[in-house]
Amino acid sequence: MTDRSRIVIVGGGHNGLVCAAYLARAGREVTVVEAASQVGGAAVTREFAPGFRASGCAHLLYQLDRGIARELGLESHGLKFARRDLKTVALAQSGDHLVLDAGRAVAGTLPDSDRAGLAAWRARMLKFARIVAKQHNRLPPRLGGGGRADLMGTAKLGLDIRLLGREDMREFLRIAGINIYDVLEENFESPLLKGALAIDAVLGANLGPRSNNSVLSLLHRLSGEAAGGGGPALPAGGMGAVSEALAAAARAAGATVRTGVPVRRITLDGDRVSGVELENGEKIAAGTVVSNADPATTLLKLVGARNLETGFVHRVRHFRHKGMAAKLHLALEALPTIARLPSELAGERLVIAPDLVYLEHAFDAAKYGRTSPEPALEVTIPSLSDKSLAPAGKHVLSAVVLYAPYDERANGEAARRELLDRSLAVLDRHAPGLRRQVIASELLLPADIEREFRITGGHWHHGELALDQFIMLRPVPGAAQYRMPLSGLYLCGAGCHPGGGVMGSAGRNAANAVIASERAA
Amino acid sequence: MSVKEAMGCKEHFRKAVWETPFHARTSALNIVNQWHAWKDYTTADAFFDEQLEYAAIRNACAVFDLTPMTKHLITGPDALAFLNRLVTRDVAKIRPGMVGYTIWCDDNGQVIDDGTIFHLREGVYRLCSQERQLDWLTRNAFGFDVTIVEDTHDVAGLALQGPTSCAVLKAIGCTGVQNLKPFAIGFFQFHGTELTVSRTGFTGDLGYELWIEPAQALELWDALFDKGKIHGIRPMGTHALEVARIEAGFLAAQVDFHPADQTIMADRSRSPFELDLGRLVDFGKPCFNGRRALLAEQAKGSRYRFVRLDVEGNKPARSAYIYDKDKNVVGTVTSAEWSPSAKKNIALASLHMPWGRPGDELWAEIYYQRELKWYKVMARCQVAEQPFWDPPRKRATPAQDY
Amino acid sequence: MTKYDAIVIGAGHNGLTNAAYLARAGLKVLVVERNPWIGGAAVSREIEKGWMYSNCSYVCSLLRPELFRDLELARHGLQVVPYGGGVSITSNGDILGNYTHEEVQRREFARHNPRDADAYDRYSTDVMRQCKFIRPMLLRTPPDPTSFKPRDLKEMIFLGKELKKFGEQFIYDTLRFYSMSIADFLNEYFESDTIKCHLSGSGIIGSAMGVYSPGTAYVLLHHYMGDVDGSIGAWGFARGGMGAVSKSIANALKSFGGEIVVDAPVRQVIVKGGRVAGVATENGTEYYADVVVSNLDPRRTYTKIFDPKDLPPVIVEKAKNWKIRGSSGKLNIALDGLPEFPALGKDNPLAFGDIHFLDSLEKMERAYDDWKNGTWSKEPYLDLLIPSMTDPTMAPPGKHFMSVFVQYVPPFIHGREWTDADREGFKNTVLDQIGRYSPNFRSLVRHVECRTPRELEAEVGLTEGNIFHGELTMDQLLFNRPFPGYAQYRGPIRGFYMCGSGTHPGGGVMSAPGANAAREILMDLGRPNIVPEGWSDD
Repeated sequence: MTDRSRIVIVGGGHNGLVCAAYLARAGREVTVVEAASQVGGAAVTREFAPGFRASGCAHLLYQLDRGIARELGLESHGLKFARRDLKTVALAQSGDHLVLDAGRAVAGTLPDSDRAGLAAWRARMLKFARIVAKQHNRLPPRLGGGGRADLMGTAKLGLDIRLLGREDMREFLRIAGINIYDVLEENFESPLLKGALAIDAVLGANLGPRSNNSVLSLLHRLSGEAAGGGGPALPAGGMGAVSEALAAAARAAGATVRTGVPVRRITLDGDRVSGVELENGEKIAAGTVVSNADPATTLLKLVGARNLETGFVHRVRHFRHKGMAAKLHLALEALPTIARLPSELAGERLVIAPDLVYLEHAFDAAKYGRTSPEPALEVTIPSLSDKSLAPAGKHVLSAVVLYAPYDERANGEAARRELLDRSLAVLDRHAPGLRRQVIASELLLPADIEREFRITGGHWHHGELALDQFIMLRPVPGAAQYRMPLSGLYLCGAGCHPGGGVMGSAGRNAANAVIASERAA
Repeated sequence: MSVKEAMGCKEHFRKAVWETPFHARTSALNIVNQWHAWKDYTTADAFFDEQLEYAAIRNACAVFDLTPMTKHLITGPDALAFLNRLVTRDVAKIRPGMVGYTIWCDDNGQVIDDGTIFHLREGVYRLCSQERQLDWLTRNAFGFDVTIVEDTHDVAGLALQGPTSCAVLKAIGCTGVQNLKPFAIGFFQFHGTELTVSRTGFTGDLGYELWIEPAQALELWDALFDKGKIHGIRPMGTHALEVARIEAGFLAAQVDFHPADQTIMADRSRSPFELDLGRLVDFGKPCFNGRRALLAEQAKGSRYRFVRLDVEGNKPARSAYIYDKDKNVVGTVTSAEWSPSAKKNIALASLHMPWGRPGDELWAEIYYQRELKWYKVMARCQVAEQPFWDPPRKRATPAQDY
Repeated sequence: MTKYDAIVIGAGHNGLTNAAYLARAGLKVLVVERNPWIGGAAVSREIEKGWMYSNCSYVCSLLRPELFRDLELARHGLQVVPYGGGVSITSNGDILGNYTHEEVQRREFARHNPRDADAYDRYSTDVMRQCKFIRPMLLRTPPDPTSFKPRDLKEMIFLGKELKKFGEQFIYDTLRFYSMSIADFLNEYFESDTIKCHLSGSGIIGSAMGVYSPGTAYVLLHHYMGDVDGSIGAWGFARGGMGAVSKSIANALKSFGGEIVVDAPVRQVIVKGGRVAGVATENGTEYYADVVVSNLDPRRTYTKIFDPKDLPPVIVEKAKNWKIRGSSGKLNIALDGLPEFPALGKDNPLAFGDIHFLDSLEKMERAYDDWKNGTWSKEPYLDLLIPSMTDPTMAPPGKHFMSVFVQYVPPFIHGREWTDADREGFKNTVLDQIGRYSPNFRSLVRHVECRTPRELEAEVGLTEGNIFHGELTMDQLLFNRPFPGYAQYRGPIRGFYMCGSGTHPGGGVMSAPGANAAREILMDLGRPNIVPEGWSDD
């Protein structure tokens, strides 16, 4: 093997590992260099208190591509699920709750019209989400430029939408760009139901329910399920187990996966990349560098703006990647009792977003750089289904907290304490006494996520999933086909199409792009 | 109050167009009182007689007030790296004390503007341009340790152009100025301040550009006209200069090309190759704006060709359509004048590829009127391979007194 | 009772334009108007003796010059005079002006941020590119992308070709521009918050969205795509107030033999055998025609003037889901003299245009939060003009008329009706804000016409008082306006058409919807088209 044919992958997040596995399977010499001591990037399981472990960022698996899981044999590499198809339990201020299982409300009170509407709504959303899902494994086409493949790609996208049928196509075009608030108001009456459905549209995004793009964000979240992947799942051993299985698959395919080796920079030889230089000074020569890091880290930090053209740099700098969600981990003395909720439901996905206005108000504060006075939460108690995460009899609570803006006004110890306190207050309201059960806690603000997982802005998806950063616009126009405008450099992370969520498609698509361009050369 | 002071206060609107530091003299000499606005300042179209002002450029020397030219001072440890990413040519080759003509492009390899880089002292650069560039330069500065200051109003500038220009400078005390090579910069003491002289200009002749603090502007003017009297010094306006620059084959932004960042339609901007400025593109540099697009263009071919045309007859072909032998429109004239020095009817034109090769049969459609009666002629055009005006004295060093 | 060839419901500027073209094509046309006056929201009324108010819409830019010329509106009494300025005043007493001289304008920006002053050229070029792209679409019927009819395919190809003219990059930029927030869009160009909020006002006027809401960048374009005599983005005053626009179109209509009946609110569109047959008014009169055209907004059209049995249920559903939120109010003020704005200094021409009081994007966004929370903005965004400084016909000599457009004002207060106390509170919020920047203002106030969305709805008929007949967001633009499948001005019943701002190309005093609808009607009647094409202005 020559240096030129070697491929280095910067970052062993799930997409980097998927990319490595596919490239190795295609016979390439691949080395993954991961800064952290374990693989996974943001898809990791962290011990946040002695004996207590939780998924560091995302805690539910929604979108892992089934094809990838099958092709890479993730189950044979150790991936198991503690739970699949979690139900959603929406908790109301009053202590009432509503249980949603796929498209059905299986417990709780709902007006008949909502009950009927829910099934239709879900069917339609899944149908639309399938359009989104169909794009996941395709190379985003160039519009009005490029070659025949781009024209075909554009035509395929058009055709997918057209094949919805006339009425559904019209409805898709109407709602894809608008906000979940309006669409839910058109369809439902129950505030609790609307709140529960809306949180999926804004989770992790710089969006309130009334913000346009929130329907698109929801469709993206549903895309895994729409593609037949089932509902939200809990991997046994936490999200890190997915990454470990991917790493095992990559290694089995022949890739080298190194951890604890942060990259200082991507090196250049003239107008093309020549490899990477590690923080420890070691240099790895390579003709191709694929970066799983976010676009800003890759391009502005590791490559450096001066080695790229100005218009492109300007676009990368304005890629919107301000994180909006915090992650809460609680080590609990005992299983919390949630008012009036049967204990067997405590292991489901618990949602605290009692109505649309609650959620919108939570967002309002974040618009001005403050954490929400009354945060909305997506809560799991994974230790109920996965004993490995906590000492016997004790429990782990993992929650996504909305909203915590990546903003200097909402950063630092005081802000963290404040949001922790508010989150506990909200939790305590639904699970009286929970506060006293807390043995240890950890709250990761976006700035912490930025530091811990090396994601600029601490955005879970490396950047907003919105129409202006979607498909052929992701991360920025002119660089949506995984190839960066620097010979030998590729991106393979969530900053590319199809974006965030532990999905793996970006990694596989990037591997395909690398192989395709070798063929073209 | 100066324009710079006015800019700091709300009341600035009470005056839209300002006077340069030379205005007391230029206005006294401007007996035809013809002016137009150039950016912030009023600038003379002509002073007494356009033809005689032009004649002074080619026969003696003429002075043009350059102050309104946009200027940026670029300093800092990364100044060179910054400029090299900005422009298409290799700025490392512009040594301290030298000036380089250059262009800069957007990512698509389309020309944003042209201008000159003055390497004043090691690591200290001044960029002079037609269009204001602070936003573009600042965008470019991301990732570089560089300081950019627009200092248009802090520097008064004069162009002194023509065969006796060196003699005049020597007479005002610029000892040794004759030894400046083309594009070289010299620093001289003038009445206790520094006078910067560069052997540059927009006329394609022996000539210099003079840069001084605004407070010394009038003294400089007076010294030039005092000592220059016996060397035939005259003031010149933009009309005379325009004839000289077309003879020299120099481009003017907004005339011969449209700045890419102000261009609405994709096919209306031009690449360096399409402006016959391929010599200013150095692919040896690993990264500069437009490099990838220009490499692709080189491989694929350009859309347009920029040519000098020698037009039959004596009617200037301003704004004329250019046709091929089958009467198809193949381009347009961007600048045209009668050349008094070459005694030719000259034009600069942008033609669709592949037209514009030497020997191509091309025709200009020229409209002109006599006593309000309009005429049209189809004039045969020859593609000229050499500039229309390129005297040896332009390059000769040491410069003679002529 | 006489039978007409066509009846137009509503004598707004679009209804009148539509009727004018139909009449000019030789049809016998009747316009039925519920108010005792014509004009809809393009109206001037003398509420205070001696003062002519532009009661609703107040300035002019979008009116298609092709129609202005073709209908000879100048001959029929319309004159448009451009703004002479425009300014944002900040609470620290600084200003950011719109000067007409290019260099003065640049220096004004440079005073706030030298880099932004240069960036403005790039910004203007990029926005102008969007204007140049959309302007040719204004006098065209939007294609139906689900259709394979030759005409729709031809129009889709036209659209594609237009896009291609601007290059690949433009396609991406356009996708982004139509979906971004105005704040994000401006952040890509500018650093100064003052400059950003000065420019962002056009992104929220008439819209129930905040400057941070994705989708507001397009709203800005909607306010930029007009022109005054080819100066794209410029705005002007209709001499005599905006009623002059409607009056001139009505004069044109009458010159073609059309009729207008006022004080005739339509109770119901008469449908017989699956096609329209005419209209019945509240007072019992019936007028018959095979063509009925509604200038009303889509919600009102399909929920108020039809027997629901006559409509496909899906249409009623679509009309209910039509986003038409009231978000704007208006104060029309008669003044006994010219208010002084000390921040402007003496004799500053900026007061000849629109005046705003602004500080930051955040403050503007908070104004939107108030609206979301069911109340008028405590620090509203005002678009304030004193047309009488330019137009001597608006007020007695030495006196003045001030038009104050207010963003945001909800149609209901916390879900309930407005009370008189609310109205008073709203009025004072606005007057106080102006008073903070103009010490002598309050003492000059002689009469105030206070219009919340409720008054706009009650008088003009705009649902919820939405000035555009429906939000200008992607889901309600082009082939989605008013509803996907109904964007070619035809309603769900034979002979029924829409011609108001709820159809393409949307709100503003543009007259394009009215003219475009006329083109479709004439086509259906097998008559030659007489509606002019848009001028190319590439």
